[in-house]
Amino acid sequence: MELSIFDKELLNYLQGNIPICSRPFAKMAAELGTDEETIISRIRALKAEGYLRRIGTFFNSNNLGYVGTLVALKVSPNEIAPVAEAVNKYPEATHNYEREGKYNLWFTLLTRDKNHESDILNEIRNLPGVEDMLKLKSNKKYKVNVQFKLN
Amino acid sequence: MCNSNLTKTDEEIIKALQEDFPLCEEPYKVLAERVGVTEEEFLQRVQKFVAEKKIRKMGAVLRHREVGFKFNALCAWEVPPEKLDDVAKIMSNHPAVSHCYDRNTAPNWNYNLYTMIHAKTREECDAIILELAKMAGIENYQVLYSKKEWKKTSMKYFKD
Repeated sequence: MELSIFDKELLNYLQGNIPICSRPFAKMAAELGTDEETIISRIRALKAEGYLRRIGTFFNSNNLGYVGTLVALKVSPNEIAPVAEAVNKYPEATHNYEREGKYNLWFTLLTRDKNHESDILNEIRNLPGVEDMLKLKSNKKYKVNVQFKLN
Repeated sequence: MCNSNLTKTDEEIIKALQEDFPLCEEPYKVLAERVGVTEEEFLQRVQKFVAEKKIRKMGAVLRHREVGFKFNALCAWEVPPEKLDDVAKIMSNHPAVSHCYDRNTAPNWNYNLYTMIHAKTREECDAIILELAKMAGIENYQVLYSKKEWKKTSMKYFKD
């Protein structure tokens, strides 16, 4: 499916902020010069086509009381698949990427408290093939804004 | 446990919000019914969560590969601590940067600022990184291109 000019306009809008009111799609329709029905059916179509990873609420995990960390693992190359799969099994591991470089597996971990975090990290550190682990904690999030402007 | 002053109802509302957003005329009414509160109360709580910065945004995130942004690199920068805020500001202002966080260093790992960069080609991504390095005056950095996405999910809060 090729994106129309209207689709791109709609996707750009959606990446910003959906109005918080009883009829958010009617409000969007008024701003984009169309009707509520069209907005809803186009969003459904774009979602079905796989353009939207997620539509809804994005939370600030720290402000919900969760602790987060970025973890870098140095895994021996022939063990990378089983280690990646073991990391994936934790619901607390939200993103997990194999990357180029000395540290070749990078994942993010979100837990409700620090003890739970260190339990998980101990388990992962002891997996066969894990040679080193860096725990990289953030104090300041300067920017969190995943937006791709389509034109 | 959490020290975020959330009531049981707050948690139920957050759980409802993190599921698929209903694509219908009155989405908040649908969610409110699931939780067992009025639409008005539900909307008030959402507004409150936004004001308290518990909610970052109501909106959408695109599948970036599908819309043409196929390359992403995590870039780790070694920034003199006194310059951290200034450099982070410069990097954050770049539209190709989606995330910019400081992080602690580790033994033999002196990188203290991390940016996520998205581009349509690897060449474009490399060019953006060079541009950022120049603008910020940073010489030591590591570009960590992704080789494989093993997992990318949204956290499900308050499930346990």
